[in-house]
Amino acid sequence: MTAVVAGADVRPLRRSRRRWTGWMFVGPFMLVFALVFLAPIAYSLYLSVFRTQMVGGTTFVGLENYAQALADPQFWDGLGRVTLFLLVQVPIMLGIALLVALAIDSGRLYGKSFFRISIFLPYAVPAVVAALMWGFMYGTRFGLVGNLNEALGVSLPDPLSPDLVLASIGNIVTWEFVGYNMLIFYSALRVVPHSLYEAAEIDGAGQWRVVTAIKLPAIRGALVIATIFSIIGSFQLFNEPSILQSLAPNAITTSYTPNLYAYSLSFSGQQYNYSATVAIIMGLITMVIAYVVQLRGMRKEP
Amino acid sequence: MNARSRRLMRPAALAGVLALGLTACGSGDDSGSGGGDAAPVDTAAALEKGGEITVWAWEPTLEQVVADFEEKYPNVTVNLENVGTSNDQYTALQNAIAAGDGVPDVAQIEYFAVPQFAISEALADLGPLGADGLDGTFSTGPWGSVHSGDGVYGLPMDSGPMALFYNEEVFAEHGVEVPTTWDEYLEAARTIHEKDPKAYIANDIGDAGFTTSMIWQAGGQPYQVDGTDVTIDLAGDEGTTTFTEVWQQLVDEDLLAPVGSWSDEWYQGLGNGTIASLTIGAWMPANLESGVPQGKGKWRVAEMPQWEAGQHATSENGGSSLAVPAASENAELAYAFTEYATTGEGASTRVENGAFPATTADLESEEFRGAESEYFGGQKINEVLADSAANVVEGWQYLPFQVYANSIFNDTVGQAYVSGTTLTDGLAAWQEQSATYGNGQGFTVNK
Repeated sequence: MTAVVAGADVRPLRRSRRRWTGWMFVGPFMLVFALVFLAPIAYSLYLSVFRTQMVGGTTFVGLENYAQALADPQFWDGLGRVTLFLLVQVPIMLGIALLVALAIDSGRLYGKSFFRISIFLPYAVPAVVAALMWGFMYGTRFGLVGNLNEALGVSLPDPLSPDLVLASIGNIVTWEFVGYNMLIFYSALRVVPHSLYEAAEIDGAGQWRVVTAIKLPAIRGALVIATIFSIIGSFQLFNEPSILQSLAPNAITTSYTPNLYAYSLSFSGQQYNYSATVAIIMGLITMVIAYVVQLRGMRKEP
Repeated sequence: MNARSRRLMRPAALAGVLALGLTACGSGDDSGSGGGDAAPVDTAAALEKGGEITVWAWEPTLEQVVADFEEKYPNVTVNLENVGTSNDQYTALQNAIAAGDGVPDVAQIEYFAVPQFAISEALADLGPLGADGLDGTFSTGPWGSVHSGDGVYGLPMDSGPMALFYNEEVFAEHGVEVPTTWDEYLEAARTIHEKDPKAYIANDIGDAGFTTSMIWQAGGQPYQVDGTDVTIDLAGDEGTTTFTEVWQQLVDEDLLAPVGSWSDEWYQGLGNGTIASLTIGAWMPANLESGVPQGKGKWRVAEMPQWEAGQHATSENGGSSLAVPAASENAELAYAFTEYATTGEGASTRVENGAFPATTADLESEEFRGAESEYFGGQKINEVLADSAANVVEGWQYLPFQVYANSIFNDTVGQAYVSGTTLTDGLAAWQEQSATYGNGQGFTVNK
């Protein structure tokens, strides 16, 4: 009887202590997680259901900002632009990165480490500096393009004209991130066991067959990861257009990309609420697309 | 330097209703002498008592003013803080006001942004503090700019009456006379570009401050503001049409260098003669001296070309005021500093350090007008610039949300510089988007 009573007393005590112990370990992380990851999202959500006007102050508007954003041609134009960018620039960039990674991994390249480091180097240049540098080169009057025009007596098209500026931005981004993606692919290739190559050689497989049958399937995971990073990067396109805007304000409008639009809304227009709404919608779209790509990319895996 | 120039490049805004403002000043109390030193008794007491005030400004000449002020009034401590230029500072100021904490006692605010702060009741009316007595102290353009409704929401710190700055060497080389009308200017542009395909009379890729100042000079009044009722009429405004008729030809014939102001290419162009002139505010000489040293001795200043021969009309381009936020706990002392910095001794100190004054006393002083500029080949440039200050066309108003409107100028009007769109279509699009924003901010625009 006493034992039963004692047991009944002890068990809840122990359980509660155990629960407490768990929180002791998880607590600090949860606190930082809540402060650093959840709080900004919650605050954006909070902002997005209000509207602050110069005349009239702040009012609760529910989902009106969302309705406005979904019907905002400037937002959709910007989204269309980054989607086009994604469809053209990302395959080119990943293709080049893959080629370089395969070339370096093939072991037939002299000065392998030199190529590896020099192709990776642009990634070490801050994006702002890179955009500025390319901006100077694109100049048709005093820049590299201008110098070429003068030296060769030709008239190259202006890379900063409205028709070409997206391609020019794509060029900068490709230059910046080929090395980064190459490194992801290359490190994935390095872990492929060499015995597989030897076996393939014995079976009489050529280099091309080795690439398609062994190397590419082996680095599928890395390809998917790099693609997802690139999708997120494209949708977040901001640095390059923002820097080039001062050089070509007519070609790069304030709503050129969704991120640039959110920035302009908040810093020139003081429309923090609407800006938060645009940012949230953009985040959701990015998440959905990245998730779909991940599902598709992983599906065929054996 | 660059930061300062950008600030100056922003358009001067004629805050509030100029006519109303002037009427209000005219009927203001008679206690003020109109002189700079007529501080009311309470201000003198506040100065004697002393205290500490915080000033947010990016204007470099204020440093000396603060030092002098603290020496003159030893009980007062002034904390001069540069929290950013123009928009950066306005964002910080808006945040501080919204939070109700950390609001400065004095803030530098450009003319075009004054209405924005005045209408949201973020600024103190300086009239009762003594500004009512300053009628006549400042030239009419800037003085009108700090008025909104019946209140005075800042004291003018500098001004930017426009003038034509030109490279005499390039003009002489191509045998071009200094244009006195915009038609002559168009001819001059053609001649210069024809004789040297690399040279242009000016650069322009679409600049809101410049365009509005040009419309202002042409007598246009596309913006009408009455409290929260706003009218934007860029499509039907006569002055706007006068401007676009000439400027469209310059754009169509590729007579304007496709170079943005304040860019590296711009400075190079000004230095090597491929950009032969600038129509810009009177604060430009200091920028030319520091930014274009190789132009020394080559540049001259002339009156702004006219829309009709024989006229002498000009407009303002840039400039800022010092204002006292309504949340300041030390408004009297803050006002005393503001008055010191913008009139009398403080203004003189700033002029000595290169600022272009807004005070009539300085503009009319023989010493100021007679100063010969070495950079401008010994020309008495202040004569031209001060005359321009006196000839500013009255009645111009900026929007109470001009900051945003200017930010979307290149999205709309700028397209006329890079595609088949006309300036007129671009201005119509600008009007539409500005109106949408204004209505979204609670104003009644074009309704």
